[in-house]
Formats: sequence, structure tokens, C-alpha cells
Amino acid sequence: MNYFTQALAWIADPENLHGDGGLLARSWEQIWYTLLAVLVASVIAIPLGYLVGHTGRGRGLVVATSGAARALPTLGVVTLVGLIFGIGLFAPMVALVLLAVPSVLAGAYAGVEAIDPRTKDAARSMGMSEWQVLTKVEIPLGLPLLIGGLRSATLQVVATATLAAYVGAGGLGRFLFLGLKTQDYPQMLAAALLVMVIALILEGAYELAERQAAQRLRTH
Amino acid sequence: MTWVLANLQLIGSRTVSHLLLAVPAIVLSFVLALPLGWIANRFRWSRATLLSAAGLLYAIPSLPLFVVLPTILGFGVRDRLNVIVALTLYGIALMVRSAADALASVGAPVVLSSTALGYSAASRFFQVELPLAGPVLLAGLRVVAVSTISLVTVSSLLGVDNLGLLFVDGFQRGILAEVLTGIVATVLLALIVDGLLVLLGRLLMPWTAVRR
Amino acid sequence: MKTRIAAVLMAGALALSACASSNPLGSASAAPSGSPTAGGATTTLVVGSQQYYSNEIIAELYAQALEHNGFTITRQYQIGQREVYLPELQSGKIDVFPEYSGNLLQYLDKTSTAKTAAEVNAALPAALGSALRPLTAAAAADQDSYNVTKANADKYGLATIADLAKVGDSIKVCANSELEKRPYGPTGLKNDYGLNVEVIPVEDSGGPLTVKALKDGKCDTADIYSADPSIASNDLVTLSDPKALILPQNVVPVVSAKVNEQAAAVIDKVGAALSTDELVALNALSVAEQQSSAVIAKGWLTAKGLLS
Repeated sequence: MNYFTQALAWIADPENLHGDGGLLARSWEQIWYTLLAVLVASVIAIPLGYLVGHTGRGRGLVVATSGAARALPTLGVVTLVGLIFGIGLFAPMVALVLLAVPSVLAGAYAGVEAIDPRTKDAARSMGMSEWQVLTKVEIPLGLPLLIGGLRSATLQVVATATLAAYVGAGGLGRFLFLGLKTQDYPQMLAAALLVMVIALILEGAYELAERQAAQRLRTH
Repeated sequence: MTWVLANLQLIGSRTVSHLLLAVPAIVLSFVLALPLGWIANRFRWSRATLLSAAGLLYAIPSLPLFVVLPTILGFGVRDRLNVIVALTLYGIALMVRSAADALASVGAPVVLSSTALGYSAASRFFQVELPLAGPVLLAGLRVVAVSTISLVTVSSLLGVDNLGLLFVDGFQRGILAEVLTGIVATVLLALIVDGLLVLLGRLLMPWTAVRR
Repeated sequence: MKTRIAAVLMAGALALSACASSNPLGSASAAPSGSPTAGGATTTLVVGSQQYYSNEIIAELYAQALEHNGFTITRQYQIGQREVYLPELQSGKIDVFPEYSGNLLQYLDKTSTAKTAAEVNAALPAALGSALRPLTAAAAADQDSYNVTKANADKYGLATIADLAKVGDSIKVCANSELEKRPYGPTGLKNDYGLNVEVIPVEDSGGPLTVKALKDGKCDTADIYSADPSIASNDLVTLSDPKALILPQNVVPVVSAKVNEQAAAVIDKVGAALSTDELVALNALSVAEQQSSAVIAKGWLTAKGLLS
């Protein structure tokens, strides 16, 4: 029997599936960590992205900072923040938010920036205030690119969230570390498979959202 | 700072090992993603398939990949090749979309007119499409370079020598300066490589600098 | 959309079904090491260490002592845990490795019934097989131990592991994740001491984060290696283990056939000089003084007259 079938058998075993530390509970944690990180990153990055996109100011700074943020090694951030603030979700969440911010930010400002300046001028000449230009023109038109940014942020976070288990938090990473340290490779592979399934589900959701956004733009 | 000064040699050797893992992976991802990107654009069926596969590849957590790959390839977990192959897979996953987008960004009129001028398919690709796709390719390559350099650190959990070992060791010994050094060195390394890529882009594509 | 998902699933299945069933960590390609080389002076030996600072210090002690005696040494430190380095040792890629007797035996022979240090040492050679052999175990031990804060020890009157029952019905243990599956983990604690235990995994091998979690009250007890200076510096109380659940873990060098009698004698001399208290002191230099293993090893070997 190879690892792949062993991993499937591991997933199918009811003993591994249910309970507090079971696959279902850990998968849910994994999804929850991912969504929380992307949500927090959005709260930070979307307004900032719109500000940069709308005013055109600070673009260089934002691009440079998010370039550096992309280079931040998640394992290092988890370790450092963990050493300062202790075990639990806080340290991995900081690291995951830092991981998600650049993509969301890029999606937000690129969405606004990509709009034809003539469209914005037309809106202004119709008597729209700057706020109206932002909310009625730039945000709706920039939505597809923003969703694209959220999508790649989510995809990055969902796999990396497994590192949360390095400092005592939950998620599917628990099985990865336990599997690694007890040579239970089917268990590792099972957890990896589930991460991929979760990624696939989230991708599907984004695919739908992107279509919706594109459709709305067409009918407008 | 005291820790850094007392351990310069260690930091230096970890940095070199780090580069020896990251650079081959970055180069390989670029070279391998290019034909895949071309295929993605070429056929009706291929774009969605290749891009989705790439997306899913990227969703594999790196730790199990580092452990499972050797079963397929037949070398040890700590083998540099193992890490390079894993990093290359992630790099390709990121780069295929950029490569496809870059080649798609070359307009059909350009392609058609160069065909009309008598370019063969191959020479059209290398002399017209590739240079015109250059700026978007470069943007993709920069993302791959930065994320690869950052991702190398995870392999330190298995004992592969790179800057990530500074996290693991600093974590156990409670030396914040060591962990911080690892982070800063990784980011600096990424930014330097990124800067070099920008320079390389200016050298190879002088017209992009003029346009700006 | 449908075809896209199907395509993705297929790609995933292909990638995964390609996995063979051989042990990925054991598939090192190197050939077994050659026969012992006569005349130590020209032999190159590879000294390895775990991904654990204290283990690296001990490895560095061996390395410098061997170098002083004319051997050429290649250092391969910070190699993960047993599952990563043991295959490399067995395949001859590494020649000298500091190990811990009890856990090594348990790793190699899951059915072993050895309990005392003497029993463990006696069982090791057979468990290691023909390619490797243990040298003399040092007096120094560095073993898993269950620790509580001084405040809790006083509050609940905790002295032995069994006393943890006084803290509550379910006990939280901060430890590396593998404790979950170790014989002295939840299963052993349940069988020997009647405790219901939940492991909170913190992957720093009983390091500062584990200690912090214990002090912050995130767990009731923490598995910390007994030679960790943080036990004393944080005023922790190590619970005694009257049922000998945790096997003795004396430092024992494991060597390949390439290590000849001359080299073995050098390594054994280092081991003979190493006591637990001294190991704690060496670890403290690493943690508190932030010295590198090379500096620590040189200082200690010099003080012991092993470099003269």
C-alpha cells in the first residue's frame, strides 16, 4: 500500500475524523484561521489601497513596503512574535496577516488604478464628489481585481496557516508536526490533502464571486 | 547587535547556503514556467487546466512536500536537491500565471504582423513575443524570487542549512536577536535579489526604462 | 467550472499517487560506510548533532577533542530529529552523534522493557544493529521531565507526577508534539499515574516558549529536558517519577564503523568528564550568555585539560 492510499484510509478512519482534535475540528480551525487572517488583512489593506489608488500618492512607498512584506519569512515571524507574546493564535495570526496584506493591497489599488482616467473625469464632470467617485465608480469597477487579490492572499494563507501549530495553536498543522516527529507520513499526507481540499473549496467560492462581480459590471 | 557581531561568520555561511538553495530554484521555475505559460495560452483547454493545477500546487503546505518528495525522487530529506525541487514546484505554480499573462499581453495584431513580415514561429517567439512579454515576465519573476527566498526557511525545520536555522536555534535558546537576525537577513537578501532583477531588466530591456 | 475542478482534482491525484511507499527519510542514497581505517590521523569523520542547541554543544565537544587528536572533522549540526538523522547515521553519512540512551532505545525498539540506566545501556548495542555502536554512556543525563511552577507546587502540594491529579481532572502538558505518541506521554501517564492528560504542542523542545506558557498558566505542567538551565532560572519544580515512567537518558555517543579505537578513546574521555551539572552549566552559557557552541566547547575542554 502506498502513502496515498494510507492517507485516504487515515482520513476515512472515524477515530481520526471526530472529536476535539479530529480532522473535522482541525479543518474547521484551518478555515477559520485563514478567513480571519484575510479579513484582518482586508481591514488594513483595502482602505489603504483605495487611498493610494484614488489619490495616486504614496504608491512607491506602498509597493516597496509590500515587496518587503512578501519577503518576510512566516516561520521567523511566528517564532519572534511567539517568543514575545506566548503560545496561541496571536503569533501565527500576526504572521498570516502580514502574509496576506501585500496581495490584498495590490488588488485594492490596482483595481482603482486600472480604471480609465476618462471614466473618472466623466464622473466628476457629472458633479460627483470625490467620495462619490470612489464609492460609485472606482470601488465597483475595481472589484474584480480586488477579489483577485483576496483570492491569491487566501491561497497563500491557507497552506501557511499550518505553521500555527508550531507555537501551540490548532489547525491541520497539528497533524503535520505530529506526523513528522513520529514518522507517521500517511498522517502528514492526509493533512496536506485536506489543506488542498480546503483550498479548492475556497477557490471555488472565489471563482463564483469573480463571476458575479464581472456579471454585475456588464449589466451596469 | 552584539549577537550579530559575535556570529558574523555563522550568518555569512547560512546566507550562502540560503542562496545556493534559492537561486537554482528561481532560475528553474522561470525556465520551466515559460513553456507551460506558452502552452496555457496556445490551446483552448490548457489555460484553465494549467492555471488551476498551478493554484492547487501552491496550496500544498511546504512541510509535507519536503518530506514526501524524496519518496518520489529517491534522495534524502536533507538533500539540497530535495529542497530545490520543492521550491521550484512552488515557483512554477506562481510563475505559470505570470508567463501566461505576459505572453497574452502581446497583442494579436503584433503577432499577426510579424508573421506577415516572414518570421517563423520560433523566431517570432524569441524575437517578438518574448521581448514584448518581458516586463510582465519580469514582474512575475520578481514575485517568485522574493517568495522563494522567504520559503527556503521552512526547510530548516528538517535541518537543511539556511537562514531559517537562525529561527529554530534562536527559538530554542530564547535569543530574540538571533530570530530577528534571521528575519532581517532573509528580507534583505530578497530585496537585494529583487533589486538585481530590476537592474537585469533594465539591461535586457532598455526600452522599458525610457517609457517610464 | 466543472471541468476546471475535475482537472485540478486529477492533477492533485496524480501528484500524490506518485508517492511510493518507501520511507522518505530513509531513502538516503549513500552506500554503507567502509571498513575501519587504520591510523586515525588521516581519517575524516563526520560529526552530527540534533536540532537542539545542547546536543550541538556536546557534538562540538567531541569534534574539537577529535581535531585536537589529529582527526579531520566535518560538522553537520542542527539535523532535525531522529527520523531525519538516524537514517543518515545508518547509511554511513555521519560517523559520530551524541544521543540520549533511553529515547534512542525506545525509538529503535518499541517493545523494549528496559527501565534502569544499566538495562538501557545493555540493550542498546543490539538495538543499534551492526552498522553502529554506542560508546560509553556519560554520567550526564538530559531527560524529559515534568515541571510545574513553584507557585503551583506550593499551592497544590506537588512533588511527584501523581500529585498532578490534585490540580484537576484534566491536565494540560506543554511539550513537543511527539509527546502525544511517546510511552511516557498521555498513555503512560494514564496507566502509571491515572492522569488524564492533554498535550498542548509547542515545538521548541521545552524552550522559552514552553516555559512562558507554563508561567502564563496556559498549561499545568511542561515537559522540559532536565539539563535545561531554565528549570533553575525560572524556579520551576521538577516532579519526581517514582514509577520510572521516563527512561534514563544518559548522553551516549553513537558511532559508525569508521570510528576506530583511537577516536573512540578520545570521545569516551570527553564523556567521562561530563556530569549532568556540567551539562546544565554548558547549556546556560548558550542560553544566558548566548555563546556559540564552538566557544563553549573550547572553554570547557581547555578547563578539563582535554586540549593539552
